[in-house]
Amino acid sequence: MSLELKNVEKKIGLDTHIYSTNLKLEKNTINILLGPTLSGKTTLMQIMAGLDKPTSGEIWFNNENVTGMKVQKRNVSMVYQQFINYPNFTVYDNIASPLKITGVSSDETKQRVGKVAELLKLSGMLNKKPNELSGGQQQRTALARALVKDSDLILLDEPLANLDFKLREELREELPKLFENRDCIVVYATTEPSEALLLGGNTATLQEGKIIQYGKTLDTYNKPNSLVSAQVFSDPPMNIAKIKKSGDQCSFLQNDIQWKTKLNIKDGEYKVGIRPHNITTYKEGTNTLEIKGKVLISEISGSESLIHFTNGNLNWVSLSNGVFQKNVGDEMNLYMNTDEFVYFDQNERLVSNG
Amino acid sequence: MNKTVNQKAWFFVIPVFVLVAFNAIIPLMTVVNYAFQETFGNNVFMWEGTRWFKQIMLSERFHASLGRQFLFTFIILFIQIPLGIAIALTMPKEGIGVPVCLVLMSMPLLIPWNVVGAMWNIFALPDIGFLGHSLNALGFDYNFTQQIGDAWFTTILMDVWHWTSLVVLLSYAGLRSIQPAYYQAAEIDGASRWAIFTKIELPKMKKVLTIAILLRFMDSFMIYTEPFVLTGGGPGNATAFLSIDLVKMALGQFDLGPAAAMSLIYFFIVLLVCWVFYTLMMRNEEKS
Amino acid sequence: MAKVTLKGLSHSYLKTQSSDADWAIRGVDIDWNDGGAYALLGPSGCGKTTLLNIISGLITPTKGDILFDDKVISGLSPVERNIAQIFQFPVIYDTMTVYDNLAFPLRNRKVPEEEIKVKVHEIAEMLELSSTLNNRASGLTADGKQKISLGRGLVRSDVNAIMFDEPLTVIDPHLKWILRSKLKELHQKINRTMIYVTHDQTEALTFADQVVVMHEGQIVQTGTPVDLFEKPKHTFVGYFIGSPGMNVLPCQIKGNDVIFNGKKIETHQQIKKSNFNKTEVGVRPEFISFSNEGIPVKVLSVSNTGRHKIVDTESETGKIKIIAKSNEDIPSGSAFLKFKKEYTYTYGDSWIIE
Repeated sequence: MSLELKNVEKKIGLDTHIYSTNLKLEKNTINILLGPTLSGKTTLMQIMAGLDKPTSGEIWFNNENVTGMKVQKRNVSMVYQQFINYPNFTVYDNIASPLKITGVSSDETKQRVGKVAELLKLSGMLNKKPNELSGGQQQRTALARALVKDSDLILLDEPLANLDFKLREELREELPKLFENRDCIVVYATTEPSEALLLGGNTATLQEGKIIQYGKTLDTYNKPNSLVSAQVFSDPPMNIAKIKKSGDQCSFLQNDIQWKTKLNIKDGEYKVGIRPHNITTYKEGTNTLEIKGKVLISEISGSESLIHFTNGNLNWVSLSNGVFQKNVGDEMNLYMNTDEFVYFDQNERLVSNG
Repeated sequence: MNKTVNQKAWFFVIPVFVLVAFNAIIPLMTVVNYAFQETFGNNVFMWEGTRWFKQIMLSERFHASLGRQFLFTFIILFIQIPLGIAIALTMPKEGIGVPVCLVLMSMPLLIPWNVVGAMWNIFALPDIGFLGHSLNALGFDYNFTQQIGDAWFTTILMDVWHWTSLVVLLSYAGLRSIQPAYYQAAEIDGASRWAIFTKIELPKMKKVLTIAILLRFMDSFMIYTEPFVLTGGGPGNATAFLSIDLVKMALGQFDLGPAAAMSLIYFFIVLLVCWVFYTLMMRNEEKS
Repeated sequence: MAKVTLKGLSHSYLKTQSSDADWAIRGVDIDWNDGGAYALLGPSGCGKTTLLNIISGLITPTKGDILFDDKVISGLSPVERNIAQIFQFPVIYDTMTVYDNLAFPLRNRKVPEEEIKVKVHEIAEMLELSSTLNNRASGLTADGKQKISLGRGLVRSDVNAIMFDEPLTVIDPHLKWILRSKLKELHQKINRTMIYVTHDQTEALTFADQVVVMHEGQIVQTGTPVDLFEKPKHTFVGYFIGSPGMNVLPCQIKGNDVIFNGKKIETHQQIKKSNFNKTEVGVRPEFISFSNEGIPVKVLSVSNTGRHKIVDTESETGKIKIIAKSNEDIPSGSAFLKFKKEYTYTYGDSWIIE
């Protein structure tokens, strides 16, 4: 089983919403579409589902061209950001609704609904109406409806965005387990890098209607193919600085900090991306660089400290484990782990990981 | 896979085609047909070119009824839109009052048009009608069948009674869709009631108001049944609006050619005004 | 600017109350200093928005008093209270320019146009809106609009407090970081009392000096982000703050000893009382490490979030989560865990035993 987009392009009027896209999704995988609002995640999902037709290009499912095939004829489930349930149906009827349409016997329906409800912790509320449930339970009902029929393709469009932080955490943990041992392809859209990392699977980074990079989630995170991909997949935002390389010496353009590199690239100007957790108030790793900073703000989130500081004419963000209370204007030393630097060339393509 | 070619859909489309043809296209083409020819019955036609159009455009009778029509439409819009918004603003926002008000408001809209005309005719009769009798008893010299001013007053009052509810219902729907946070923020910003109305409510109601104005413009511009039953276009031709005049010409005098030409001109005026109004409103929308 | 005091506040949306559940908030006492940054944190339905609306005057409480600078203001309207509020969805006046939007609260208060000009430019500068002052406000992006809402609160020099009701809900993650630190920076610049309501622990902890955690209409703990993280007074605080939250597992108290998983363990406190219906031991995933001896567990799964690894393990008593470094080797199969004594607490009937 596989879903393949071949040169799929979507234009509305003169605006290009999706630039020519090639993507192949395999069976039994969770695929995350990660990108900011309006980057094309929803459009892409609607094309995959058959709710929308591409302007050009083809969609192949199981080696069959399904471009233009109606969504009703495909075996697809979709869950949205809003909690979409039938308001007048009980939770049971809501979950059973896709089975009724396909004419599954009532005994089997009962058994399948019961199983999914248990999985999603809805067993106790099958006779309630959606508006008697909390937001989390409403979204669980919508998820159960998507899972009850054995869809080939399950599309989740920011399903956790309208939920409380803690409910999000809870469901996020359960989701990958729900899709385990299912013969289907899962596509999951989100704006949050941390969500992608927690879900695992594969990630495609999107920006302005283009897929920038697609691969295993951790690989995409650790080896961004371009600056854009790195920025999309970085939370908090990545620090970016211009550097100069000559011989095995690298230095920032805007201060005189120097370090040695093993990079085998020609001399010249590059850009380096440093994730905030690789700038810390303590030394971490074997190759560290000291940088002096003037504190702009410090934020403490219990176990971690975010320190925003300036050095030269650049603003930097550092993220350290532990509590470091700093006042505005304090001068301090921070340490960068050069092993984790990500180098980009003038065209903002990845050069190599240091 | 080969794409399956499925022509079944045409069967579902055919009834609509037939209906539209009988409803719109055939009558319209008949009118167009008459507008360029002269007929004396028996299916004998003579080509007249644009003669009827010239005649209508230059006719004083047409100018007069068109003028009356614009005046009437302008007056009722001027009354109904602000009045409708004002009523919508004072309607309750929750509780039992909401359904009660909504039902009361929809009542006039549910009455057939000729019944409205007949009701008001009886209501306004100077001798036995409640309105007519009361006005006379109060010392006003009121007689809508004799005096032009009274005829206009009654026609406008009838239309306001009949149609303001539509504006109210649309405005009310527009108002209800405004999130409470807007009112709270305005309150905190220290905005006056008038500022809340002009800065929040009116802008948020813009879309429904555009629709209300368009609907009321088209309906009132084509008004026929109610004034026909109420005043019959009189006294004289004082309330003979375009459509009344048109019917007089077509059926009363059997001047089919000029009447057809007038219908087309009439049709284009409605189309033009709606288009201009809509584009103006929507252009502002795009700017923002 | 003002000191905000809440005394014995309770509110119910019902006319008569028969049980605790009928109260949206009950018995809330708070003392907030002038110029502080505070957060109300809790899940949806915990009463935090009710409390916020009571402070701003949009709701009149059933019982209790609100004091600004020791003066009772319970009966005053929102305008008379001189507060500013920023809502979940940006509230802007569509037809006005950015400038007019910012000037609106001042014009309503008949401030001379000269003074308005100075003030609006000053605030626009702070919020980086200067270049858009003459644009129609409705054309801005979500974060721009939210800045306008914020700006309308900041232009008034006489506000007693600025309240935020989940202001970052509609903002993309990247911009969230920027806007959030902007808020913190503004707070340090203008030193006004700010009250921030959210369900998102990261937002609450990074923004506020003091966080009030609410649960089912009551305050469960008030403290600095570090207090809440390192010493949760209630298991709910432990669960709600931290991601993943605290591991809370049943234990027995025998004399002065805490027995967990059949063995005595060391905790932070000296146990003197033991007459509880339910006793639990709580320790955060950050304060557990793998060891050669200790609590025997089975490693269930590991997920790498780029910054660290979250390890799910199962002991005889229940599941235990651990946060490990991203480069740490995680044993597979059986392993032993060690809890850090200083951060391991015992709870009796959900409250910390002291």
